Amino acid sequence: MKKVDIVIIGGGPAGLAAALGAKDAGIENIIILEREQYLGGILNQCIHNGFGLHVFKEELTGPEYAARYEERVKQAKIPYLLNTMVLDITRDKKVMAVNRDGLLEIKAEAVILAMGCRERPRGAINIPGRRPVGIYAAGTAQKFVNIDGFVPGKEVVVLGSGDIGLIMARRMTFEGAAVKAVVELMPYSGGLKRNIVQCLDDFGIPLKLSHTVTQIKGGERLTGVTIARVDENLKPIPGTEEDISCDTLLLSVGLIPDNELSRNAGIALSNITGGPVVDESLQTSVEGIFACGNTLHVHDLVDFVSAESEQAGKNAAEYVRGKRPRPDGGITLSTKGGVRYAVPASIDPGNVSDKIDIRFRVSNVFKNRYVAVYFDDTRLKRHRRLILTPGEMETLTLTKAEFEKYPDARSITIALEE
Amino acid sequence: MEITCIACPLGCAIKVTLEGGKVVDIQGATCKRGEEYAKLECLSPKRMVTSTVTLIGSPLRRLPIKTEHPIPKSKVMDVARALLGVEINAPVSIGDIVAENICDTGVNMVATRHALAISTKNEAIN
Ligand SMILES: Cc1cc2nc3c(=O)[nH]c(=O)nc-3n(C[C@H](O)[C@H](O)[C@H](O)COP(=O)(O)OP(=O)(O)OC[C@H]3O[C@@H](n4cnc5c(N)ncnc54)[C@H](O)[C@@H]3O)c2cc1C
Ligand code: SF4
Repeated sequence: MKKVDIVIIGGGPAGLAAALGAKDAGIENIIILEREQYLGGILNQCIHNGFGLHVFKEELTGPEYAARYEERVKQAKIPYLLNTMVLDITRDKKVMAVNRDGLLEIKAEAVILAMGCRERPRGAINIPGRRPVGIYAAGTAQKFVNIDGFVPGKEVVVLGSGDIGLIMARRMTFEGAAVKAVVELMPYSGGLKRNIVQCLDDFGIPLKLSHTVTQIKGGERLTGVTIARVDENLKPIPGTEEDISCDTLLLSVGLIPDNELSRNAGIALSNITGGPVVDESLQTSVEGIFACGNTLHVHDLVDFVSAESEQAGKNAAEYVRGKRPRPDGGITLSTKGGVRYAVPASIDPGNVSDKIDIRFRVSNVFKNRYVAVYFDDTRLKRHRRLILTPGEMETLTLTKAEFEKYPDARSITIALEE
Repeated sequence: MEITCIACPLGCAIKVTLEGGKVVDIQGATCKRGEEYAKLECLSPKRMVTSTVTLIGSPLRRLPIKTEHPIPKSKVMDVARALLGVEINAPVSIGDIVAENICDTGVNMVATRHALAISTKNEAIN
């Protein structure tokens, strides 16, 4: 059995940055395992621009951003295997993978999970009617068009107004399709304003807020959908139905961290984020197994994926070298008042070198609120924000000095306040 | 002219009044950045165009491309249409010109991904 210090599962932006972080921290014996025939992960299908403003201070497309990290990994001579699918990880950090050469077994000192996320399966949304050909998850359609060169239809309706759905509305328009409408259940869009303006408004594509698809029509192939307005309880209002003919329905209804492997390894998962519960080191409930990127929680900006993952790589390296003891306990981090979740779930101040970034999301659109941080019942600080939306991940930084002010704190709470 | 500001998630509705091609009044912007954006968006809206073209002789089927600079918004659909059916031979490197002066915009379309030719070894280094 091959022995490696750190195995990284997934060669997307998270895996690549984690590898660079680990190498920087002095670990040489690393391997990245990637099931596709190329590195870079999902970014290769995100051909639009808007990536890299934080990391590279310029606006890149997804493939360009991926190529820069790929280049760095090659320059650092970090080994990787393509076309290699990881099948199983165990609690004692044995990794089993398969590729053209057969089965591969690796014993690792530390494992970094960087498998990315998946789209919610279409069974997860309830639409009556049959399931004719022509219904795709938006990200799958993005892969068809941008990687495989197959345009799935001519007349399109998009259900869900997350960024991937908006981007695909424009993409299908460029490929000559007519995009009839983007239908959104909520009274607000989950996507960026920029994408609403540049992907819908620019092309006169209507955004139907507080609407949903109530009927799917067609035999073999989709021929149309019925949409209807919904009330405050998100229930369709009778009499508001409208028929739209289309041969393609794209579902942009959300992403969930991919954690089949984590589940099999007995790693504790959060039922809010869908990702592993981690401590300040981004270490999961299984010692020596770390998680980062979309496997940990769904990110909207790849720049934050890179930053977080580089840190995970460094932490794993310190763990391998015995410099990062596993905390027993630590301060638990919880949320309330409109904050849906925060990562990490606990913090051992002893492992915070100078500061730690806490990422969180809110559950609704909030205007003019304070983001407040409490150590036990004492408010440490609060910042006023003009707007917070569920679509944008927020970051909050706690410094070593702040932890030192409250040496006996048992809990930290993040809350929104008027 | 009504503009939705895209410079931050607040998305202010900004009203710009033009007289003889000049901005004489801006209402509704919460900040300076929004005023600047609204002015630009009114006088000369520009967009980046990203798309893909067919790749020949590579393990990849599609080559992603972009306009080297933003182009006038009014030309965006012309550019998208002009790219349908375009084919490019591998190998290609990031930054290679795929179409010069696309639709007379004075802007080139460039590759945004490296694509090796099919004979080149595309397996892992180890
Ligand atoms: C469809 C889609 C569109 C997106 N569009 C945007 C966008 O426009 N802008 C933006 O900033 N962000 C976008 N994102 C978010 C984007 O995913 C993240 O910014 C970033 O790509 C996440 O990086 P990652 O490495 O965590 O995941 P990924 O990029 O998904 O990489 C995970 C990698 O792990 C590999 N893998 C998974 N399981 C295994 C296994 N068992 N064995 C071996 N390898 C495995 C996968 O093949 C993949 O290469 C999008 C996400 C999706 C899903
Ligand atoms: S005007 Fe200022 S506050 Fe309003 S959306 Fe634009 S950038 Fe944001």
